[in-house]
Amino acid sequence: MTIEQRFRWIYKPVIWALALLPLALLLGRAFGVAGGSLGADPAKTILLTCGKTALNLLLITLAVTPLRQLLKQPQWLRVRRLLGLFAFFYAALHFVVYVTLDLQFDFAQLGQDIVKRPYITIGFLALLMLLALAVTSTQKSMRRLGRRWQKLHWLVYPAAALGVWHYYWQVKADVREPLVYTAILAVLLGWRIWKRWPALTSRSGSATAPGRT
Amino acid sequence: MTHRPENPIAPTEITPEASFHDRRRILAALGGAAALALGSTGMRALAQAPAAPAAATLAPPKYARNERWSVKETPTSFEDVTSYNNFYEFGTDKSDPKANAGTLRPRPWSVEVGGEAEVTGRFTLEDILKPHALEERVYRFRCVEAWSMVVPWMGFPVGDLLKRFRPTSKAKYVEFTTLLDPKQMPGQRSAVLDWPYVEGLRMDEAMHPLALMVVGVYGQWLPNQNGAPLRLMVPWKYGFKSVKSIVKIRFTEREPRTAWNVSAPYEYGFYANVNPAVDHPRWSQAKERRIGTGFFAARTDTLPFNGYAAEVAGLYRDMDLRRYF
Repeated sequence: MTIEQRFRWIYKPVIWALALLPLALLLGRAFGVAGGSLGADPAKTILLTCGKTALNLLLITLAVTPLRQLLKQPQWLRVRRLLGLFAFFYAALHFVVYVTLDLQFDFAQLGQDIVKRPYITIGFLALLMLLALAVTSTQKSMRRLGRRWQKLHWLVYPAAALGVWHYYWQVKADVREPLVYTAILAVLLGWRIWKRWPALTSRSGSATAPGRT
Repeated sequence: MTHRPENPIAPTEITPEASFHDRRRILAALGGAAALALGSTGMRALAQAPAAPAAATLAPPKYARNERWSVKETPTSFEDVTSYNNFYEFGTDKSDPKANAGTLRPRPWSVEVGGEAEVTGRFTLEDILKPHALEERVYRFRCVEAWSMVVPWMGFPVGDLLKRFRPTSKAKYVEFTTLLDPKQMPGQRSAVLDWPYVEGLRMDEAMHPLALMVVGVYGQWLPNQNGAPLRLMVPWKYGFKSVKSIVKIRFTEREPRTAWNVSAPYEYGFYANVNPAVDHPRWSQAKERRIGTGFFAARTDTLPFNGYAAEVAGLYRDMDLRRYF
């Protein structure tokens, strides 16, 4: 089997299955499969699960580059787009659930929330960034935008940061989980800073070609 | 010669005869269910905590419905009331209190009364409850997180209890403190809040007929996760004012430093009256979601003072409710 075939028929299908698992589990709980339930506040449960899954997938997407370099497995770049799109999928679902189940199509309230509630403002901004990344994720876009494509896709960094901040800002008092996300994000972003600007850190390090991270 | 025991057994500690004869089956059922539900961590916790008399083995409480102070809305299911709440002493997820409150020992229980009052000291739960007739009142409950429930609490007016201690003229506020014991309340091992949990009311708020000292819910003694054996219920304020598992009552001159106000003073005030016009800094308080009304649970408008404006608005007549939130 060639690398292409292995990715197409084995690795990517496995990622599809794993990425869709949280959704399947949610649906299972919604229909009471195996005694599961969504709890007393089902809308909130779905909202939180979609949001956290989006963040998880975003962080996994950001881990692809460091891992493929550390483990010297460059071919894994092929799954980065798939993972990123699934992150956007869950973020979009999170937003749709918010508008339909929580706000119940009260678009006036949505507008107010986005403008008046800071944590929703940044959440919505993060979603818009992920949307821009999703629609320009195709090969055609890469060709059309050329150099600018890479610059546009650096939006994934502020999107991830705003996503984690959005989570942190709506927690009442127990910030432990958001802090774990922050720590992981700091490592993933810090690694890139270290790689790109070795002069910034005390390590001499090999100067990697700028641009491709 | 008859010997008077130092600590006479209180009536609620006496196991009803039927339960006594059935004890092996009861313990086995409780143990089995708990083991299944809690897994190995649960078994370790159960092994550490001495077997507490479960609410099931106490004689059921006698009470009468008080229609005057009850709302006509459909109560939230017993399942939701006892499995979805905030009780950070047992963990910060909504399902944590029910899952982890097995280590709480609500009997024997005593309350320490002190401060600006003529009668102070330590009182057993028996002494606290003895003179009061228990009433069932169906109250609205509104959490500051913008969800709400309707709950049939069982208790007696707080004012009736406080009067027995004869607070002096110096007593402007009354402060309530929750149990501090990380062995019984494992959530207290993490400093998510400053333990023990402290709350308080202005004296006139505490003396208001709506303020309830609660010992039961849905016709039975309070489950551990709902703040057994003694908790407050102040329905016109956000839920965090209704302090649970009370061990101390203190009459004070100064406004008590309350747990959530200490944690985030710009977000949680001392008064915490339900007010759709005053938003939480990070989210709106104009609407709420009624728990248990299904998948497409409608967000309803929040009412001033949680719908009790007619009864309590007068207490705050000259107050700027935006400043004293």
